[in-house]
Amino acid sequence: MQPFKPVLLEAVGVPDGHTIASYKSRGGYAPLEATLAGKQPADVIEMVKSSGLRGRGGAGFPTGLKWTFLPKDHPGPIYLCINADESEPGTFNNRILMEDDPHQVIEGIILSSFATRASTAYLYLRYEYPKSWHRLQAAIDEAYAAGYLGKNILGSGFSLDVYLHRGAAAYICGEETGLIESLEGKRAWPRIKPPFPAIEGLFRKPTVVNNIETMACVTQIARRGVDWFKSIGVPADPANPRDPGSYGPKLYCLSGHVEKPGCYEAPLGITARELIDRFGGGVWKGRRAKAVIPGGISMGLMTESELDTPLDFAGPGKVGCLGLGTAAVVVIDDQTSIVDFLHNSARFFAHESCGQCTPCREGTSWSLRILERIKAGKGRLKDLDILLELGNTMGMMPGSTICGLADGAAWPMKNAIKKFRGEFEEYVKRTNPSGWMVTDPVPALAIVGAH
Amino acid sequence: MIAPGRTYLTDEMVAKIEALAPRYPNRQALTLPALHIVNAELRHVPLGAVAEIAAVLGLAPAEVQDTLTFYQFFHQEKPHGKVRAFVCRSVSCALRGGDQLLEHLCAANRIEPYGTTADGELTIEPAECLGACDFAPCILANDDLLKNVTPEAAEAELKKPRARAT
Repeated sequence: MQPFKPVLLEAVGVPDGHTIASYKSRGGYAPLEATLAGKQPADVIEMVKSSGLRGRGGAGFPTGLKWTFLPKDHPGPIYLCINADESEPGTFNNRILMEDDPHQVIEGIILSSFATRASTAYLYLRYEYPKSWHRLQAAIDEAYAAGYLGKNILGSGFSLDVYLHRGAAAYICGEETGLIESLEGKRAWPRIKPPFPAIEGLFRKPTVVNNIETMACVTQIARRGVDWFKSIGVPADPANPRDPGSYGPKLYCLSGHVEKPGCYEAPLGITARELIDRFGGGVWKGRRAKAVIPGGISMGLMTESELDTPLDFAGPGKVGCLGLGTAAVVVIDDQTSIVDFLHNSARFFAHESCGQCTPCREGTSWSLRILERIKAGKGRLKDLDILLELGNTMGMMPGSTICGLADGAAWPMKNAIKKFRGEFEEYVKRTNPSGWMVTDPVPALAIVGAH
Repeated sequence: MIAPGRTYLTDEMVAKIEALAPRYPNRQALTLPALHIVNAELRHVPLGAVAEIAAVLGLAPAEVQDTLTFYQFFHQEKPHGKVRAFVCRSVSCALRGGDQLLEHLCAANRIEPYGTTADGELTIEPAECLGACDFAPCILANDDLLKNVTPEAAEAELKKPRARAT
């Protein structure tokens, strides 16, 4: 592989790298100045479209295409919402960008607002990131003082205000319409789509919701060019006209049972094994991986033999995972019980289901209760089929819920039971020798607290 | 200072809320900021304060209460501790002892999860992923991220006074 130099993480480890002085000394805000001096919004949209940039928040939707869904000649206001509610278990790349290089993010926000003709951008930040809050607010203040934000930026006639808006610890606020509802001061219940936010979003106005890392990518595309961006990653599959490719650098979050957890920048398409061995120093304590989460817990599990799968937008799906997600790679070693893993996953989703759609609210809650019972030594083989049935019936894909949270809850359940069924069966038989074969209904254990 | 007719909201809190008003095209969007402003001072948002926030924002108290209860973040019955510690229990921390960390801290402080010590100093709450998996297991204590903590180190850290969460 050709040598790869991190660009998104360029400021990490640089003293005072988060300040505007440091950012400008590294070439920051020059692309913005050039853009405002001579380009039209349509030029920026065209640049992002032709770069092939796909949203970094989890769904991988092409960013430039998303922008073109905004109505033409709308009288305004148009809003840009920046999704910094990073809450997918295993994911922390946005935190690092906001703490260590907030101006790279802000420059992307200004460029994206210019492209979409947004005059107000709200940055929705999860509550649990106090350092990001302080760093971003300081950076926004610096950007206003330098004339990059506010009225008539650099004499271009373009005006933009950026406001921080703090969440209150709810995973569902990362779903774009849940975020919008939360910003409006309501419970964060996702909306039925259509209408999509581009048509009717925040305060019922046309709205784009983009992720923090996506904003940083926009900055880098403006600075280094479309050709540079497209020279990195995995090109579109010519045999599949619907594959938009996986271009550009990506921030991979590596955690769990590795020697060196951390956020690492690599070309899209690096394999999980390469990431673990080359960046993570291998599985910890000289052990082997039993399973690896490819992109946040809702993407499911890869087995050890699937670790050579490229982590691009198309890769994880080829081994039965939901997708690349947030590219948060979590390593589970061979001494960890997969029953414990799935219980942890179910507990997360039961807690974070927003409660709006019954199949999700009840499905995640009952999954957890069944797994509590299995862990308590009262499991039955039949429970594994019940869990699979729940997994197959809750979510947007089977058509029973409004948003994808339940799909994300179902995927680790389906992957774990399909790929590690032997371990589940062995556990159930060993811990419940007198009852594992029972098929009659059984009472649940005590109800567990959840939303 | 608390204005006549109010019990919980000070003039300073109301001024902070009003200072944010120009950011939004309507006043309902001030709900979460207002809850944070009140919670930062009172360490809880009792029902009486909810009604006062609603009056400031021109909303029905039920609208503010509906939003508040969704998040399970704002205590209502009594204030959380001067130090509020969120102990991560999601996958990356759990793989490195997050559940045992939570258990140890609750036992050492003789409280249940979500409970507050009798002296009102410390509240311990389980948290879902804190987004600091590179430092697992971790705790967010007010504004401070406690990284790669052992149960013993965390117990000692949480005895220290800390700036209040903003």
